[in-house]
Amino acid sequence: MEIGLVHYLFVAAALFTIGCFGIFANAKNVIIILMSIELILLAVNINLVAFSAYLQNLEGQVFAMIVLTVAAAEAAVGLAILVTYFRNRGSIAVEDINQMRG
Amino acid sequence: MLAAIAFYALAAVAVISALAVITARNPVHSVLFLILTFFMSAGLFVLLGAEFLAMLLIVVYVGAVAVLFLFVVMMLDVDFAELKQGVISYLPIGIVVAVALLAELGLVASVSMQAQGAPIALAPAQPSEITNAEAIGQVLYTDYLLVFQLAGLVLLVAMIGAIVLTLRHRPGVKKQDIAAQVGRKRSEGVELKDIRPGQGLG
Repeated sequence: MEIGLVHYLFVAAALFTIGCFGIFANAKNVIIILMSIELILLAVNINLVAFSAYLQNLEGQVFAMIVLTVAAAEAAVGLAILVTYFRNRGSIAVEDINQMRG
Repeated sequence: MLAAIAFYALAAVAVISALAVITARNPVHSVLFLILTFFMSAGLFVLLGAEFLAMLLIVVYVGAVAVLFLFVVMMLDVDFAELKQGVISYLPIGIVVAVALLAELGLVASVSMQAQGAPIALAPAQPSEITNAEAIGQVLYTDYLLVFQLAGLVLLVAMIGAIVLTLRHRPGVKKQDIAAQVGRKRSEGVELKDIRPGQGLG
């Protein structure tokens, strides 16, 4: 029983779908939405690394590192916005976030 | 054979804990399941021969991002039960999107499986005589130097942004003002009272 590229693609597809579904299933909770985004980026990383091993090319792993960097930056800024928002409004419900609307 | 068992175990736990992330009632449990998912994915990376990225995943995600999430979840006094209400109305469209996405991705993967025939064994991307970290270092600091610098810039901007967003100046907090403290004159701080004998300070 050989584990090939397709097996990894299926795992990544499952994680990606769970991440997308998580955004809908927790549509009010920003923290869970941020975690779902992390799951989606993780699925992308698994795809990149799997293709890197499949094509015998390290570029995929370098790009996965960049995705990791952006994910970390996104989490930091997203949580900072969340903390600031909670200080101002005392709530993190998504539907309350409409103050920026003109 | 052993690799296949390891793959299925890691993949199964990763997918199940990812499901637990989005279904857990307590956000702290969500964060802990997220950590478990990242650990399992790091195991998958090791199976693929990308050890450096696996360790990076653990250090960056488990060591930094997940702890950040934990801090925020514990710091904010949010009524999470209230946030759960009314979510049911989004569930049908969420299920439709999820099923469509999974069908599409699965279709693409299975078509590529048929085109490819028997699965080709995945081998580590680096030549066998050097380690994965060495191989990544050889391309990262030469061919992808610009991308590397750009990643550093992204992190710098994110760091400054996070500090700017969360820094606040509270009124009424007494802080040191070195210039004012050092520049104080004797006349501002000391007052000479002429006290008559026998009368006191009345």
